[in-house]
Amino acid sequence: MKKLGDLLVGKNPFEEILMGNEAIVRAMIETGTKVVTSYPGSPTPEIATAIQSIPDDKRPFYFEFSVNEKVATEVAFGAALNGNLSCAFYKSVGLNVALDTFVQLGLMNIIGGMVIVLGDDPGANSSQNEQDNRNILKMSRTVVFEPASPQEAYEYYKLAATLARKEHTVVVVRMTTHVCHARQKISVDAYTAGNTYQTDFDSKNGPYIALTSMALDMKRESIKRLHRSGQYIKDAGLNKEITSNNNQKKGIITSGLPYRSVLDVFEKARFRPDILKLGAVNPLEETCILSFLKTHDEVLILEELDDILEVQIKSLAYDSGLKTRVIGKTDDEDYVGEYTPDKAMDKISLVWPDMINDNAKTGVLPIQVPDRPAQMCPGCGHRSAFFAIKKALAQEDITVADIGCHTLGYMPPYNIGEILMCMGASTGMASGLSLFNDKKKVVAFLGDSTFFHAGLPGLINTIFNNHNITLVIMENGTTAMTGHQDHAGTKIPIKDLLKGFGIEPVFSCDTYKQSELTDMVKTAMQTKGFSVVIAHHPCMLKFTRLQRKKSGFVQQHITINQETCTKIHNCVERFGCPTFIRNPNGRVDINLDLCIGDGSCRPSCPEQAVGFDKGAK
Amino acid sequence: MKAYNIYITGVGGQGIGLLSQAVLRGIDHAGINAIAVDTHGLAQRGGVVVSQIRCGDQIHSPLIMKNTADLVLGIELHEALRGLGLALRKGGTLVYMDVSWQPLPVRLGLDSAISAEDVQMACKAGGSMAIKVDTTAMKDSRMQNMALLGTIAKHGLIPGVLTEHYVAALEDLLSGELLNKNKALFDAYTDE
Repeated sequence: MKKLGDLLVGKNPFEEILMGNEAIVRAMIETGTKVVTSYPGSPTPEIATAIQSIPDDKRPFYFEFSVNEKVATEVAFGAALNGNLSCAFYKSVGLNVALDTFVQLGLMNIIGGMVIVLGDDPGANSSQNEQDNRNILKMSRTVVFEPASPQEAYEYYKLAATLARKEHTVVVVRMTTHVCHARQKISVDAYTAGNTYQTDFDSKNGPYIALTSMALDMKRESIKRLHRSGQYIKDAGLNKEITSNNNQKKGIITSGLPYRSVLDVFEKARFRPDILKLGAVNPLEETCILSFLKTHDEVLILEELDDILEVQIKSLAYDSGLKTRVIGKTDDEDYVGEYTPDKAMDKISLVWPDMINDNAKTGVLPIQVPDRPAQMCPGCGHRSAFFAIKKALAQEDITVADIGCHTLGYMPPYNIGEILMCMGASTGMASGLSLFNDKKKVVAFLGDSTFFHAGLPGLINTIFNNHNITLVIMENGTTAMTGHQDHAGTKIPIKDLLKGFGIEPVFSCDTYKQSELTDMVKTAMQTKGFSVVIAHHPCMLKFTRLQRKKSGFVQQHITINQETCTKIHNCVERFGCPTFIRNPNGRVDINLDLCIGDGSCRPSCPEQAVGFDKGAK
Repeated sequence: MKAYNIYITGVGGQGIGLLSQAVLRGIDHAGINAIAVDTHGLAQRGGVVVSQIRCGDQIHSPLIMKNTADLVLGIELHEALRGLGLALRKGGTLVYMDVSWQPLPVRLGLDSAISAEDVQMACKAGGSMAIKVDTTAMKDSRMQNMALLGTIAKHGLIPGVLTEHYVAALEDLLSGELLNKNKALFDAYTDE
């Protein structure tokens, strides 16, 4: 197999196993997408990984990690006004950040066309909620295509690009987590290089200023554009009927990954309803839906998360006076979680109990296994920070978390971070908690990538309104949780910015200097008004990976002196590095697979029983 | 070919990704249709990671229904047992490594660790076959995956997929010194 980057820019058609996220990049290349922007967030960051696997001199488009999703959308929009096909991609809740800009896109004559690849996360696998962005996409009158597989991700992006160019508009390719991350052999077309960057902005293509009555005229035009897009959806055959000669006049309307769940359920079925598989979920193709309703007695709308299709389809049936029984959500649980094959099986069995042959799950007996929550990595600087900061906090003090690896501080043994909202929300929430609150200190945490993403307004508000809080900036020099993407802090030192804001002093400490950090946070908390501590240490996962690539690298480890160890378990129970092994007899050992020999655990032992092994210098 | 489901589970950081890709590509080299999906995101930080691979003709979603996996590969003891309960069908096969990465409640002294005996007993009780992979002699724990892959190949566990197909998969994914090291280990576990 060729390297991914070489494969993606290959001129000839090929078949290869690709992840949905990687397939999207081939489609970007074939369609001549010229400007691509993003802010990292699961389930979409592997799109960026695939883009970055292409050497700069071979990559036929411009790519940037923007400071947040809103800016990413604006950069892509600006580039499209110059006549370039552009793309922004981000995760589900990233759309919330982009929303102010995003809702205006439908009003604009976007000359080059725009595609937004959105990674929704049913099941909240790696997000703070499982919001159904079809709600927002309907509100903003955006065309939405919904692929069910890596092959469709590739094909739908290409169709989205064609429509976006034709109608000078934005088209959303709405992926979900297990479409983004599915791997399958896909076949792709040839690629002809050649289109160049455009710089043809002309305000005559507008209007681009949606003020007063203009906003209403632009809305009228956006409605017309959506109608025309409906015709394109029909012509492109995005919605397909899969018929069965054993349907018993029953049908299922579905889309995306739930469609594949339905197919799996059918493998165990006595009869197979017909399926109307929607590739375009906004706008709905009314003619094909009506004809499907007319030809069936009972139609089940099997849709993940909210009842967006159901409400529209029931309204269509009502207006057309149809007597077809349309079945949608019937239980609160129908709104919750991913429509896996199991969930689809349960729902279909409930609606048509005689359809499934064998729904008995024949597993082994129920088994209890201790939970395994995610953990900060061995040597993580955040662990040292939480261990040290816990000593500065009184029982009643309030700690406010933010998004990032450091969110994990909320878990035992640290229990730091009692409230979590979304990117950059900690400072504002902490400010509110501090009002009229003289008894409890309020300490907020914020990551360095998040500082730039959405942390700045809350921070500036704290200065402007004199809120009495302490902010700890957890600086690890990268966007660690999503896979070590660079952020603005590599160019703009956070400390300099804070000084520029007039914050004096700006406390700053390497988190491995634990006692120094404890004292510093204590001092900061005693300061009246706003105080800031930068608790910095490089991401050790990133650092260790780099170290291991160096020739002659010898991994050193921590070792426990069993003679001096008094089994008080501070190391394993309070410092809590996953490297420590707790034996039933109380003895503590080291997991050599995990230990990176950083020694950040050593201060946790009052007996100095935690030391380095022979590999140490 | 009838659908065959493979559920791979372990702890974030154990390198489940390479194993999963090698199995998927091995199946593909054997000319069998396949689809797979891995855990990404926050769980990769020391949490439970799962990779699901489905092969055969009548497969659609990459997600395996509960207790319909024909083969569960556990890279770690606790996760092998968890995977056995969640995914394995009655009469299926569990291949696991005698490696323990204690989860948080065990380290905090709130729960007991799982041992190889627990896994063996659960398999026996559930009527499943268990194959333990011995990795005690292995120097580099980051290549433990190859012991598992070699064991799958040796026992011909995935129908229609031969040793040569897994080798071709490794050649797709790795190169140079890394390929040689991994292949040597793979070979050591495929030998009788």
